[in-house]
Amino acid sequence: MSGWWIMLTGSLVAISCGILGCFLVLRRLAMVGDAISHAILPGIVIAYLLSGSRDSLVMLFGAALIGLVTVFLIQWFQNSGIPSDASIGVVFTALFSVGVILVSLYTRQIDLDLDCVLFGEIAFVPFDRLIVGSVDIGPRAFWGLLLCFLLVATIITLFYKQFKLCSFDPALAAALGIPVAFFHYVLMGLVSVTTVASFESVGAILVVGLLVVPPATAYLLTDRLHVMILLSAFIGVLSTVLGYYVAYWLDASIAGCMVAVAGVLFVLAFLFSPKHGLMGRRKRLAKRMAVTV
Amino acid sequence: MIEMLLYDPNVRWVVMASLLLGLSGGVLGSFAFLRKQSLMGDVLAHAALPGICIAFMLTGTRSMLWFMIGAAIAGMLATFGIGFITRHSRIKQDAALAMSLSVFFSVGVVLLTHIQHHVRGNQSGLDTFLFGQAAAMTMSDVYLLATVALILIAACALFFKEFKLISFDPEFAKGIGLPVAALEQFLMFLIVIAVIVGIQAVGVVLMAALLIIPAVTARYWTDHLGHMVVIAGAIGAFSGFSGTILSTLAHHLPTGPLTVLSATFLFALSLILSPKRGLVGKWLSRRKARMLLVASDHLEQERAFVRGGG
Amino acid sequence: MIQSKAPLKVTDLSVSYHDKPVLEHISFEVPEGKLIGIVGPNGAGKSTLIKSVLELVPRLKGEVTFWGQPYKRVQKRIGYVPQRESVDWDFPTNALDVVMMGRYGHLGWFRRPGKEERRLALESLRMVGMEAYSDRQISQLSGGQQQRVFLARALVQDARIYFMDEPFVGVDAATEKAIITLLNDLKRQGKTVLVVHHDLSTVKEYFDWTMLLNVRLHAFGPTDEVFTPSLLKKTYGGRLTILEQEGKMSLLTN
Repeated sequence: MSGWWIMLTGSLVAISCGILGCFLVLRRLAMVGDAISHAILPGIVIAYLLSGSRDSLVMLFGAALIGLVTVFLIQWFQNSGIPSDASIGVVFTALFSVGVILVSLYTRQIDLDLDCVLFGEIAFVPFDRLIVGSVDIGPRAFWGLLLCFLLVATIITLFYKQFKLCSFDPALAAALGIPVAFFHYVLMGLVSVTTVASFESVGAILVVGLLVVPPATAYLLTDRLHVMILLSAFIGVLSTVLGYYVAYWLDASIAGCMVAVAGVLFVLAFLFSPKHGLMGRRKRLAKRMAVTV
Repeated sequence: MIEMLLYDPNVRWVVMASLLLGLSGGVLGSFAFLRKQSLMGDVLAHAALPGICIAFMLTGTRSMLWFMIGAAIAGMLATFGIGFITRHSRIKQDAALAMSLSVFFSVGVVLLTHIQHHVRGNQSGLDTFLFGQAAAMTMSDVYLLATVALILIAACALFFKEFKLISFDPEFAKGIGLPVAALEQFLMFLIVIAVIVGIQAVGVVLMAALLIIPAVTARYWTDHLGHMVVIAGAIGAFSGFSGTILSTLAHHLPTGPLTVLSATFLFALSLILSPKRGLVGKWLSRRKARMLLVASDHLEQERAFVRGGG
Repeated sequence: MIQSKAPLKVTDLSVSYHDKPVLEHISFEVPEGKLIGIVGPNGAGKSTLIKSVLELVPRLKGEVTFWGQPYKRVQKRIGYVPQRESVDWDFPTNALDVVMMGRYGHLGWFRRPGKEERRLALESLRMVGMEAYSDRQISQLSGGQQQRVFLARALVQDARIYFMDEPFVGVDAATEKAIITLLNDLKRQGKTVLVVHHDLSTVKEYFDWTMLLNVRLHAFGPTDEVFTPSLLKKTYGGRLTILEQEGKMSLLTN
């Protein structure tokens, strides 16, 4: 039973990340996802200090806010002439340092295990139950992540065309009157919220894996954006389920195994994808050579 | 207080080692910055984890030398993977970086948890790996760190000319017969080494910071590569120095974040104050542009006047 | 009423990048229904002119009106074709989908592209001779075909004034011919088209009006009056060699 809850919760993380990650990968913002996942640490700590609990809306908003600050700072430094990778690096390492120092300073007041924030412990998910009235309706993390998934799915579905055009051709989007910056921040806000919602289960650092690896795998398998998004979510779920069993078998971190399995799936797609894989490319090249000869 | 601390030979060595580490981070980071590979340090630092774990599993000891070898192999594999993926598929650089970072790291986490569950005794905790604890280093670690940092700096001094060229204009470097690919690999190798010795002292994420922030900060003050390398090295050294001192003064506070925040402080100062690129400087130049515009408006009117009232 | 005003009027426009001026004191008024070439050396600010007019880059100073109204009010009647290199052609989408994107401005916030958009997009693809490729992934199109898709996307916007940034770069001769035919069709429908162009040898053949730009506006008017050796020399400075023989003009940029 608890295994089911773990896989279900993990799948919700994987689906939300899989959807958002497609836009990150296509807009070349993969490392911004990495930056956000590190940078929200001070947000989590401050919100925790203020609210005194770890599953509050304050926490969610606190971290989402820091996520947006991160994106804003990166953008600002970039506009002032610092190369994008360096701006990303400066912002997230600095914020992460602040977070680590806050944790060290208030280590007595907060019962936040840094390991747990960064790597998560999805194995504990089933034990923290949500009880409504006197009925136990399942793990708290599950409901939180379900809410997060619904938020992501609703917003992306409603504004699919805007997100698509902003990713493909921001100049045209702006010329057509679509508020490009607004949608950029909405996307990044969703990434932050998802990261916060998932940090207890898969951990902040491994969220990056689920944000990038399944979308990149899907990117090698299709030429249509909506198919890519669905595939990416599916690959995420597959990684979760397989990862769970691998972790059981190796007696090791479940979240780690989920991302490692996603990595294996990527390598398979990279080698064998008929359209964009290594083999496919070779074959097409050979065919072309044969034709020209 | 600080003098007293520095009388303690142990503390003196630790401070010295952090200072040298910061110095080499700043120097190497300058080249990485110019080659638009600032985040490589971040990736390499994360990718080192499985290498370290495998080294531990194979040797069963916490030997820094074996850790370095394991981490170097993992790091080189990660860089190779990134290059291979971007060359042979439509995946772009950023996604390739993020993927190898997270996949290598998660493999590391898997191995580490496996070790923690199965191997008894002397094991390296994730905490020290992630955040570093300069105070927890043994003296032999410190000597090794200092030596390696010195070697890195010496290598950069020796190959300064070559690194400058491959950072600035690899095509031209190829044209005059430099072995560009080999030099790029060599520079990457030096960065790997810096990251690995740094992990012990300041931890994964924050070692990445030492490769980025001093270089970016230095860029605010000069357009000359030679000067930039020196300034970045100085900023890195200062950050390492003050981070270690602060960490020794305030117990329980880890060295890494304090080092990074020292560097960030200098960055923020430069961001505001640098005469050419800082906020103040920008504001002045923007104002100058407006003034020039107004001045040329007047000139235009005068010309029109001279031409005959146009 | 609105149509009686100039489709585009720019007054004293200046743009700078940090403290470097990119455009200075640009003022002009575009007549209705003309095909206009914007010509000048590299770094003259040609693309910047378009982008600042469309509010894609901030202006230091200056006023821009379309038919006497500000940009935001008439956005739907303005079409824009960015440079082909400005987008990632590996994006997972096909030609038809890219063309449909041109309708997004008309759809508003929530409506999704449907049958009508599909029909319009297919029609535009037919106009540029690309209907056979509507299903093709965009990275599998040649440079010329990609440019035609971009053009179809502009057509589907159904604008009254078009801005095109270097549409002839990297395209084959057939596409170049097709594009210019299409632009002339647009002109016949009374639409105004501004094209950033860098090939001086075709200016006289392609454009009714020409703008000579190099940070400052050097000349703007009917091509016959503007495209003269003396004005070109003034615009390009030393970067242009003009060989004139037997009444024919050859131009070399260096």
